[in-house]
Amino acid sequence: MSRTRSVAAWTTAVLAAATLAGCAESQRDDDGSSGGGEDSGTFVFGAAGAPEMFDPFYATDGETFRVTRQMFEGLVGIEPGTAEVVPELATSWEPNEDGTEWTFELRDDVKFHDGTDFNAEAVCANFERMFDQNEAGQTAGEYWGYVMGAFKNDAANSLYQGCEATGDYEAVVTISGPTSGFPTMLSLASLSMQSPTAMEEGDANGIAAEGEGFSFPDYADNPVGTGPFTFGEYDEANGTITLERNDDYYGEQAGVSELVFRVIPDESTRRQELEAGSINGYDLPNPVDWQGLEDDGNSVEIRDAFNILYLGFNLDGANPQLKDPKVRQALYHALNRDQLVQTQLPEGATVATQFMPDTVSGYNTDLQPYEYDPEEAKRLLAEAGAEGMELTFAYPTEVSRPYMPDPEKIYEALRTDLEAVGVKVNVKTASWNGGYLDNVTAGRYDAYILGWTGDYDSPFNFIGTFFGNLKENDFGTKGMPWGKQLADDLKAADAIVDEGERAAAFEEINGQIMEEYLPGLPISHSPPALVVGPGVDGVVPSPLTAEEFDSVTVEGGQ
Amino acid sequence: MTDPTSPQRRSYGSLRKDRIDQLATAGTVTEEPGVSLIRSAWHRLRRNPVFLIGAGITLLFVVLAAIAPWVAPWDVTATPLLDKVRPQSNPVPGPEAGHLLGADDRGRDLFSRLLVGSRQTLVVGVVATLFGLLGGLTLGTVAGAIGGWVDSLVMRIVDVMLSIPSLLLAFTVASLARNPSQWTLVIAIAIIQVPIFARLLRGSMLAQRGSDHVLAARSLGVRPGAIVFRHMLPNSLGPVIVQATLSLAVAIIDAAALSFLGLGNPDQRQPEWGQMLGRAQPFITEAPHLAFYPAGCIIVVALGFTLMGESLREALDPKSRR
Amino acid sequence: MIRFVVRRLLQMCLVVLVLSMLVFAWLRSLPGGPVSAMLGERQTEERRAALEAALGLDQPLPVQYLKFLERAVQGNFGVSTKVLPGEDAFQVFLDRLPATVELSFLAMLLAIVLGIPLGYLAARRRGSLTDTGAVIFSLVGVAVPVFFTAFLLKYFFAVEWNLLPVSGRQSTGLDATRVTGMFVLDGVLTREWDAAWDALKHLILPSLALATIPFAVIFRITRAAVLDVLDEDYVRTAEAKGLTARVIRARHVLRNAMLPVVTTIGLQVGGLLAGAVLTETVFSFRGVGDALATAFREKDYPVLQVLIMAAAVIYVLVNLLVDVAYAIIDPRIRTR
Repeated sequence: MSRTRSVAAWTTAVLAAATLAGCAESQRDDDGSSGGGEDSGTFVFGAAGAPEMFDPFYATDGETFRVTRQMFEGLVGIEPGTAEVVPELATSWEPNEDGTEWTFELRDDVKFHDGTDFNAEAVCANFERMFDQNEAGQTAGEYWGYVMGAFKNDAANSLYQGCEATGDYEAVVTISGPTSGFPTMLSLASLSMQSPTAMEEGDANGIAAEGEGFSFPDYADNPVGTGPFTFGEYDEANGTITLERNDDYYGEQAGVSELVFRVIPDESTRRQELEAGSINGYDLPNPVDWQGLEDDGNSVEIRDAFNILYLGFNLDGANPQLKDPKVRQALYHALNRDQLVQTQLPEGATVATQFMPDTVSGYNTDLQPYEYDPEEAKRLLAEAGAEGMELTFAYPTEVSRPYMPDPEKIYEALRTDLEAVGVKVNVKTASWNGGYLDNVTAGRYDAYILGWTGDYDSPFNFIGTFFGNLKENDFGTKGMPWGKQLADDLKAADAIVDEGERAAAFEEINGQIMEEYLPGLPISHSPPALVVGPGVDGVVPSPLTAEEFDSVTVEGGQ
Repeated sequence: MTDPTSPQRRSYGSLRKDRIDQLATAGTVTEEPGVSLIRSAWHRLRRNPVFLIGAGITLLFVVLAAIAPWVAPWDVTATPLLDKVRPQSNPVPGPEAGHLLGADDRGRDLFSRLLVGSRQTLVVGVVATLFGLLGGLTLGTVAGAIGGWVDSLVMRIVDVMLSIPSLLLAFTVASLARNPSQWTLVIAIAIIQVPIFARLLRGSMLAQRGSDHVLAARSLGVRPGAIVFRHMLPNSLGPVIVQATLSLAVAIIDAAALSFLGLGNPDQRQPEWGQMLGRAQPFITEAPHLAFYPAGCIIVVALGFTLMGESLREALDPKSRR
Repeated sequence: MIRFVVRRLLQMCLVVLVLSMLVFAWLRSLPGGPVSAMLGERQTEERRAALEAALGLDQPLPVQYLKFLERAVQGNFGVSTKVLPGEDAFQVFLDRLPATVELSFLAMLLAIVLGIPLGYLAARRRGSLTDTGAVIFSLVGVAVPVFFTAFLLKYFFAVEWNLLPVSGRQSTGLDATRVTGMFVLDGVLTREWDAAWDALKHLILPSLALATIPFAVIFRITRAAVLDVLDEDYVRTAEAKGLTARVIRARHVLRNAMLPVVTTIGLQVGGLLAGAVLTETVFSFRGVGDALATAFREKDYPVLQVLIMAAAVIYVLVNLLVDVAYAIIDPRIRTR
């Protein structure tokens, strides 16, 4: 190879680069100001994952909702810091006598980000849009399917029946029957109000199944809502989502002019970013780090626990011994949950006495925790003839949930307790998306750990999810004589219109579940936290992990 | 196609192949004075500080692993310090009397776990290397002894396996296991070793085929099988042993890496260095020593085997006898 | 030469076809799947079935594969389910590629610039303290997992001394023009020097972390190769002829020792992608490796398929280049 030839090659490369440089002009604005008003700063939040899209209706995960929640509002909202329902876009609502027709009075001073009016017609357009989904949309619009049961093509089975604009700012929504979840469910981020004009322009319902995924319409990247922030841009190459303050917001203006979400997948990197001052906060700090973060001048905001961790059984599976209530009681007595909560769960975690946290109506305050009593456990096991029973007991890997920061650790504690009373534990594990959830749903484990974070304040959202669907639930209650009774009772209680009566009915069911049925063993409620750096004010931790950042201010800006 | 013995370097794995081939011929005892070669090698090894350090480290860890369960102050599954664990204020209890290095986040004695952890790590490394050796010996012997299209076929497969990054291959194999266990790791790591040994052995067998003592045996009418097993195979073992020592270091590191990624034994109660390292991740800021100790152990053991292997190779290399 | 290259390229097509089958079957044989990733705790058998039917995952594997092939031939590799839902999987790869190219390039450069001289030095002083020290250092590089190295790098350079950014590719709020997607190059091309400098600062730590393994390998191969060459007769002859050490080094030792080193560099490119998965994750670096990690965790089949196959093609291409380079360095080797 001659030297001249390689020189020629280099020259060509350099020339090519120079030509390219000629074409590449800086597109920078000349004024040089890159975002950030003078009066207020930027709030940068470290997100664990990227949002899926920006149309909350098709979204399913928390990282997406965290972003859309800042841009969108629902008819009803959540009082910051609680799980209580408060007026948002609707100022008030009133059901008819049998709880099937709901009249919503709307705010009359709201405009969507595209300048169009928010009114009763827009509300009905939204409901119709969500109801009328094509085949792909019906599977992708998961939350609607989950709370409403069906879509327009199967209207008879849908909770939602229709919407009528009875005035400029008055809409009537008809539902098929009373339920504890309505209108609370309208606070779900998925069911937020979006601009009908923008949805039409962006073909919002134009979702299609393509290959193994869904392709989404333009609208999914150009969301238009009513909230305190408007969509700026999603810089995919750098993993940042920028939202801008909505200067025409009807309520109080947001405290920062720019809200940035930065995708930082690694937990310890998020902490380092916060310590370096390049982000102002992040969600779900590792409980181990709480103290250290506080010592460094950050504030760890602990939310109220609105979740439940339980040890579930498959009562209709391969292990017939589990069908004996004595065996299940024995296993419950074997678990030292006080120690688990103290040594393995974050501060503020509590031992659970039932399958829902105490802030939800229908919580039964009379229930006492099953005592830790290994002797009693052994006695009960002996009585049931199940000494030395085998138990295929599983835990998930590669996951951290608000109710179980570290599944392996929790599992190890439970397993040790079970083995102490002579149970032979057959250890199984799989990654969360890599088979664990599938195996639990398909009933391949005798026992497993799982949990639930409430979507909204309703008892049915907890115990209804667990036991309300007789044919298909992770506990296999269809294999037990009381399974049908429990499912029917739950549905009946959910349909009670009077709130007091409804709460009483749920309290009774909670008592029955724990004292008679015991389909699984509630373990604990863990408070998830979020952390913000020095100078950040106004973050109100939400038990639903649904913080709204419009109240946030950042001292000194960024 | 091509004569597999030709010096052409064609496909992707060529470098590793070159090194392996080189090793194959380098240490082969082709002439009778093999005894004196081994003796002189030992003579030089005895005075080689690098070898002595490597062998010392290796011996120390092997002995420790062997006696660990009896000398470990605590049972590795016991949780003596559990009641001191507080997720916020005291996530990992520090050293105290009776607990030299403190405890882990479950209140288990860290020193005992490190000590006993050496067993699984070493056993996986050694067993995997043995399996790899066995597989490689079989393939290499078959290819080297039969030759012809069998040789070509085996070598093409070996080439393909060598061309995939080894850890990626091991990861793929391990991720296929329905019921992951310690054996998943062993098999995954054994598989990535097979092609290395196969190629190595075949190379030195080929070199033997033309050697004087094999020709002599053949002209004396010794049966081919006997030639292979009595003459060719024993004389090819030198480089294989050297490679095995070096492979052990890699196997230990790979085993640790795989169980760090959560592909090993799902029962996390029995300690293993890689798995301990993986579990230390959430504590990296508050208690970096949890990661530091197992990482240090892995490095030191791997270093021991590497130093030993490198000096063995040098000692057996006729070229280095000046 | 040209015939050789063409033949190898044709071989590559076959390899890719076989590989696509293997990858397809492998992914679907793994437990779990995109459906559980989408449904989470809310999944029931019924909802699973509906979603599987909508995505065509309920059909027999061969049928799924043929459909995939049919679309792939038309340049449609399916849309992402989780990495960037709705986006064409191949587009996801193209979007993420520049970041990884930029990172790998710098990492490889560091590994070469550090590995070759150090390997040469260690070989010249075999058995010395320098040698043993360098061997230990390279072993540490291989044995310590990236998360640990990365943590230490970030801790000292970013948090304690505040010299470099912790993670990411560009500072938030910096308004930079994008041309190629390689931020440093973009900054240079558009003469936005502050942007180029900012992007470079973001690159340093991840490329150091990524360079550890290729550095260790290149170092050890160089050392071994130089040792071998030093023993060769022609070097001894040259010494005997009384040539100066400099001439021997330049003309004989280095040139001949470079052959295996060049091959190693090619081989390391494959390993680099594997290393990028962890490195990019801990440095929030939005490249192919980060996409691969997310796709694997969330079982984003289309993206996984495209990324694995693309990695294979790149790997084969790089090694083809290496073989060509080989022929150039050593004229004795004739490619056929």
